[in-house]
Amino acid sequence: MKINNETVAYLEKLARIELTDEERVECCSDLQDIVSHMDILSELDTQDAEPLSQSFSAKNVMREDEVKPSLDRDTALKNAPRVKDGFFSVPKTVE
Amino acid sequence: MDILSLSAVETARKIKNRDLSVKEVLDAVFYAIDEKDKKYNCFITLCRDEAYARANIVQAQIDKGEELSALAGVPIAVKDNICTKGIKTTCASKMLKNFVPVYNAHIVDLIEKAGLIVVGKTNMDEFAMGSTTETSAFGVTLNPWDTTRVSGGSSGGAAAAVAARMVHLAIGSDTGGSVRQPSSLCSVTGLKPTYGRVSRRGLIAYASSLDQIGPIGRNAEDCAALMGIIGGYDSGDSTSVESTPLELEKIKRYSLQGKRIGIPKEFFGGGLQEDVKTAVLAAVNELKELGAEVEEFELPQVKYAVPTYYIIACAEASSNLSRYDGIRYGYRSDGAESLFETYVKSRSEAFGIETKRRIMLGNFVLSSGYYDEYYKKALQAKDIIQKAFSDAFKEYDFVFGPVYPTTAPKLNESLSDPLKMYMADIYTVTANIAGLPAVSVPCGFDSNGLPVGMQLVGRPFCESELLGVVYSFEQKNDAHEKTAGGGTV
Repeated sequence: MKINNETVAYLEKLARIELTDEERVECCSDLQDIVSHMDILSELDTQDAEPLSQSFSAKNVMREDEVKPSLDRDTALKNAPRVKDGFFSVPKTVE
Repeated sequence: MDILSLSAVETARKIKNRDLSVKEVLDAVFYAIDEKDKKYNCFITLCRDEAYARANIVQAQIDKGEELSALAGVPIAVKDNICTKGIKTTCASKMLKNFVPVYNAHIVDLIEKAGLIVVGKTNMDEFAMGSTTETSAFGVTLNPWDTTRVSGGSSGGAAAAVAARMVHLAIGSDTGGSVRQPSSLCSVTGLKPTYGRVSRRGLIAYASSLDQIGPIGRNAEDCAALMGIIGGYDSGDSTSVESTPLELEKIKRYSLQGKRIGIPKEFFGGGLQEDVKTAVLAAVNELKELGAEVEEFELPQVKYAVPTYYIIACAEASSNLSRYDGIRYGYRSDGAESLFETYVKSRSEAFGIETKRRIMLGNFVLSSGYYDEYYKKALQAKDIIQKAFSDAFKEYDFVFGPVYPTTAPKLNESLSDPLKMYMADIYTVTANIAGLPAVSVPCGFDSNGLPVGMQLVGRPFCESELLGVVYSFEQKNDAHEKTAGGGTV
């Protein structure tokens, strides 16, 4: 797989990250090296293999739907960078 | 009495017998930290006031004769990606540099209940992504054995703090080797438990299907005592698994007689530093003398472990780290005018380059058109690697190898070539991919006097057996007793 500037720009958009020009050049060549190495996986025969997301057979964890205490509003807002009237404050989202 | 030269279990015993007070021990620890940490930079945050307040409570409990645990009164350092209520938890990132959790990680509740005293939060690679602690936003942690070298990573601060005799014990996290590798480079003992044995609630997520919290200590007994406290089922972590508690006496009685150890041939191929190979193979001979049968076998799937690991880890990281949006907690850029800009600027200004690289790689392997070729393929490779280990464990009780291809790298040597740095994770990532317990054990030194570690991987939930082997090994090999530069307090 070839990684070029367009790939990096696309990934920046997906990741909600904007690189500096310098970072972009570096990132392009690093990603190329890493992805080329990942390409060795293509030689592995995976026909009989299941995509495994859990190490051990995971079972569903169920519990009763009970009301339990949770964080109060002030505590929940404690780490918010901007707060207004007891809410998270964000830039205007609707014109 | 030189308190910092005692093991954690011995220290707790002396506290219990009134030979030492909890405050005396804490004084010694903070004195050592004040003396030494200017040089090594193991800690991001110290919590002196909280620690002394806890010490009073624990001392009162001990005075009343309450049996808290085998480690009651012992100070402990906690990696800075594990949430501590009211104490900054930064993940060594500008993104969380002012983040003060409003709850404790489950294991922090457990260690406090057991009478351990958190003294501070240790340095690490940003979001646990790295092998050197150099990606930390708070500066690198230097290796106590040689300050021109890195302490390893990502739990470098935790391992170096134990190695430099600043604390008796530490807690790290291991996603691809982050407990074991710095333990090896700093000559301490580090255990990555079986996936699910230790609750991850309150561990700031990097790659959730691989992350596991583990103990770092000076010897098998200290690690076992801590493992006995932090292990167990937690309903707050849906991947948590029921397990039987560790028994210290059983570990001390463990015999290697007749046990079978398998060595993957692929672990001793090219790229392995000659001195590391020599030290690790000498350790195998000592295991043989202790009664183990040792045999080489082929594990060709090792070749696919590093790409499999990085695909899965980066994919999960890209998803986990999307929560940092500058809105609810964490850094927010001042320069943003729209919501979209708030996300982009906050993330771009606050994440370091290694974190950005892994998020972008994760987005790549998950993106439409590449998902099957990379992400799905890696999950299938995970299945294959896990089966290969499960086959190996039909023949052998333990799988043996090095921890890292080299002793501690020089500063500024690793980050310039990320692929090379990733490739060096070859010996550690397999245990995470297969979910298996694995321990890093000091076993010798290279020609420059730098520590070398060996690794043992066990069957699922065989932490007790693994630490039993380490305990037996310690009776023959004293590498774990050697102290890093700076001597004693």
